[in-house]
Amino acid sequence: MLHTVNKSPFEKNSLETCFAHAKEGSAILLIEDGVYAAIQGSVFSDKVKQAMSTCTVYALEGDLKARGVAGKVIDGIQLVDYAGFVDLACQHDKVTAWL
Amino acid sequence: MKFAIQVNEGPYTHQASDTAYQFTKAALEKGHEVFRVFFYHDGVNNGTRLTTPPQDDRNVINRWAALAEQYNLDLVICVAAAQRRGIADADESKRNGKDADNIHPRFRISGLGQLIEAGIQSDRLVVFGD
Repeated sequence: MLHTVNKSPFEKNSLETCFAHAKEGSAILLIEDGVYAAIQGSVFSDKVKQAMSTCTVYALEGDLKARGVAGKVIDGIQLVDYAGFVDLACQHDKVTAWL
Repeated sequence: MKFAIQVNEGPYTHQASDTAYQFTKAALEKGHEVFRVFFYHDGVNNGTRLTTPPQDDRNVINRWAALAEQYNLDLVICVAAAQRRGIADADESKRNGKDADNIHPRFRISGLGQLIEAGIQSDRLVVFGD
């Protein structure tokens, strides 16, 4: 399953809820303010790294750039554009939005 | 692949409508089919033709309409959500005794069954909201 998260982890607990529900092997795509979770060295980055041991984490590159944090991403998070977002939606049988 | 898109958020509030548009455009450009875009909750505000953003800003409504024109997209606005927010076509306006309508001609008003049908008919339902 592909999970999309569009909230900053510093604003809402959408990402933590997603982590709590995502099964091993799931893909998690950070979009919009959700990309703040991708920043290396934040109080949240250890939780993201922990999730990366069982799930693949992606982030929308345009949203990272728009927020000026594209150069500060946790190693191992894969960056995608909208076409890549579409590909991820195709590769997984369901898409769930954690709003 | 066949996609259904659900938009729960209005234009110019959060990013949801922009993201939904960019996703839909990317899917169409990749050759996928978009069965329907369903505008629900505050998302119905994406369908008013009276929107007049500043000249240097994107026109979210016209942008959806242009994409619909190019790819013959079905843009559907939820009737109950629309009535609450004052979004009406000529028929709805008349039926409710209002003096005007404001829906963009590339959108249409219908019921929640259209969302259910889109979910059944499509391979993926992708939701954008806030």
